[in-house]
Amino acid sequence: MRFLLDTEQRDFAASLAALLSAADVPAVARARAAGDDAPLRALWRRLGDAGAFALAVPEEFGGTGLLPVELALCCVELGRHGLPGPAAETFAASTLLAGTEQQALLPGVASGQLILSLAADGGYAADPDLADAVLCLGDERKAPLRQSLDPARRMGVPGDAIAVAPGPGSERATGLAALCTAALALGTGRHLLAATVGYTRTRTQFGVPIGSFQAVKHRLADVLLQLDFAEPLLYGAAVAVQDSAAGAAVDIAAAKAACGGAGYSAARAALQLHGAIGYTDEFDLSLWIRRARVLRNAWGSPSACRRTVLELRPAAEVRN
Amino acid sequence: MDLQIGTEEQEFRAEARDWLRRHVPARRLPSLETAAGFAAHRAWEQQLHADRWSVVSWPRRYGGRDATLLRWLLFEEEYYAAGAPGRVSQNGINLLAPTLFEHGTEEQRARILPDMASGTTVWAQAWSEPGAGSDLAALRSTATRTEGGWLLDGAKTWSSRAAFADRAFGLFRSTPVEQSGARHRGLTYLMFPLDAPGVTVRPIGRLDGKPAFAEIFLDGVLVPDRDVIGEAGQGWRAAMSTAGNERGLTLRSPGRFLAAADRLVELWRRLGDPGDTAMAERVADAVIGARAYQLSAFAAASGEGGPTGAASSLNKLHWSELDLTLHETALDLLGPEGELADVEEWSEGYVFALAGPVYGGTNEIQRDIVAERLLGLPKGRRG
Repeated sequence: MRFLLDTEQRDFAASLAALLSAADVPAVARARAAGDDAPLRALWRRLGDAGAFALAVPEEFGGTGLLPVELALCCVELGRHGLPGPAAETFAASTLLAGTEQQALLPGVASGQLILSLAADGGYAADPDLADAVLCLGDERKAPLRQSLDPARRMGVPGDAIAVAPGPGSERATGLAALCTAALALGTGRHLLAATVGYTRTRTQFGVPIGSFQAVKHRLADVLLQLDFAEPLLYGAAVAVQDSAAGAAVDIAAAKAACGGAGYSAARAALQLHGAIGYTDEFDLSLWIRRARVLRNAWGSPSACRRTVLELRPAAEVRN
Repeated sequence: MDLQIGTEEQEFRAEARDWLRRHVPARRLPSLETAAGFAAHRAWEQQLHADRWSVVSWPRRYGGRDATLLRWLLFEEEYYAAGAPGRVSQNGINLLAPTLFEHGTEEQRARILPDMASGTTVWAQAWSEPGAGSDLAALRSTATRTEGGWLLDGAKTWSSRAAFADRAFGLFRSTPVEQSGARHRGLTYLMFPLDAPGVTVRPIGRLDGKPAFAEIFLDGVLVPDRDVIGEAGQGWRAAMSTAGNERGLTLRSPGRFLAAADRLVELWRRLGDPGDTAMAERVADAVIGARAYQLSAFAAASGEGGPTGAASSLNKLHWSELDLTLHETALDLLGPEGELADVEEWSEGYVFALAGPVYGGTNEIQRDIVAERLLGLPKGRRG
């Protein structure tokens, strides 16, 4: 057993982090919110050059074949840096196109030139206006484009969305979208915690940094507790997908419940401990606070995931 | 990255499972917090020891199997899944022994560990004092130099297992603060017999009345030099390593929570109202929390070992709150049966779990440690 990221994986995450840190992602997100997608498309291509979008594309189409652990750590970084756009959906939809009429899109997806989106069965696709192709699980349908609570995000199902019939492929894609969304939520929470720790160390009231107050410390300690015990669930689920383990659906649901919940707790703590400045649109923290809210429920709310855990959990004698 | 359990580990696990299947008493032993239960649990320790299952992670020469952290985790999963009795020796084997491995002498290990492994000597801990709980460095019991050893005076309290145990370990002030210059200095880590002249043990009933802990009064108790752990006056460091073990993986392994989560799911399937989605979510949360702890331990076993220092504080917050969640949820599911002490093992476990957020350093102190040492928030006045 080696349940740890290896050096190559850590280096890959670090290279993505360096790229994103230098890219002014908040400005990219604000441009997207204002209707200008060019900066996001340019950043998407650069992430593609770094190998990010090849991780779920089959090898014969210019991808790496599905690498769930790399996918998870990549999405943690994307979430940490607040990347807008349908990353989880692009990854999940990448697994559905081979063998279809749209398979010619895959090399472009792998290189970051093309963006995909995917609607859950009965749900909306994230950012279909940005996507070069939209897939929808289940019946063919249409839903008008609507603004999300997150200004950089829009939801809908365009009339030309490609319907994907239920089956093992759509189940796997749903699981992958949930796994990636869990990772995005975890990364979002990591940033919110770090930003809030930084703020409470420097913000003074009553003559001392507010981070010296126990009420503040304990709230942040609880956020770290949630994030640190959500992370092993995320990588456990990634390994389960990698190994096609029997309990993969349960592990994904557990990871999504924990990461979505932890990311959202981090957002609530960040908002509370920043005070009024955290409630403003202008302060960049808002980008992550709003992301944490939508990622919590995308591809499985904590409640829905907990139900899955309870319904599908294999008995102990099967697990061992 | 993988979660594959290798063939040799599988064999080790199967051997443990097989032994446990053949030896775990069919009837639950009486509570180890009673005189009869304590004796029954001590006998069980002897049985474990006879086949080398009492201290699997220790070196063979002291009665162990040199098990790696991963093997120990698998053993613990099997142990609790089999419904085996609680470990009356836990303070010795999980807290004192790791401290002796790190800070003790070979003479001490050779003399103390075999009897600990067999349950011949059961250990109690003696940390807290009436005026020193969360603020352990406020302790006032003294160790005064005498020829060939030390004289212990003062009072210890909330000493788990001390009502029936044989020996205890704790921290004593050997140099007054006025001379040592700091409260954490001038402390000496000592072991002493609970039946020595000058020792008075007064059992304390815990919340359900069982004498799970005790006060210990010390009046000129003579302890030889060989029972000092580490250097005299340097006890704080060794004591913090004991505390790290108490908060880390070793005292409360993931196995016990996984087994409890399995039993909770069974209970839910048997008694749960399918329409009670709030209850279903609580059950699922407990399952998720146990799995998270298991996976975090597998990560530790793949890398540098169990959490130490401030990381063990985070660990303690997780398991102590998980334990309570598991038991509270079970009692709520049991409804009217939940309060009947003799019907289900949950009620005893519940009382036990209630102490988790308090002992080993309260969870408030753990949150302070996490915030200051892991997050880097400024130190402030406690309170």
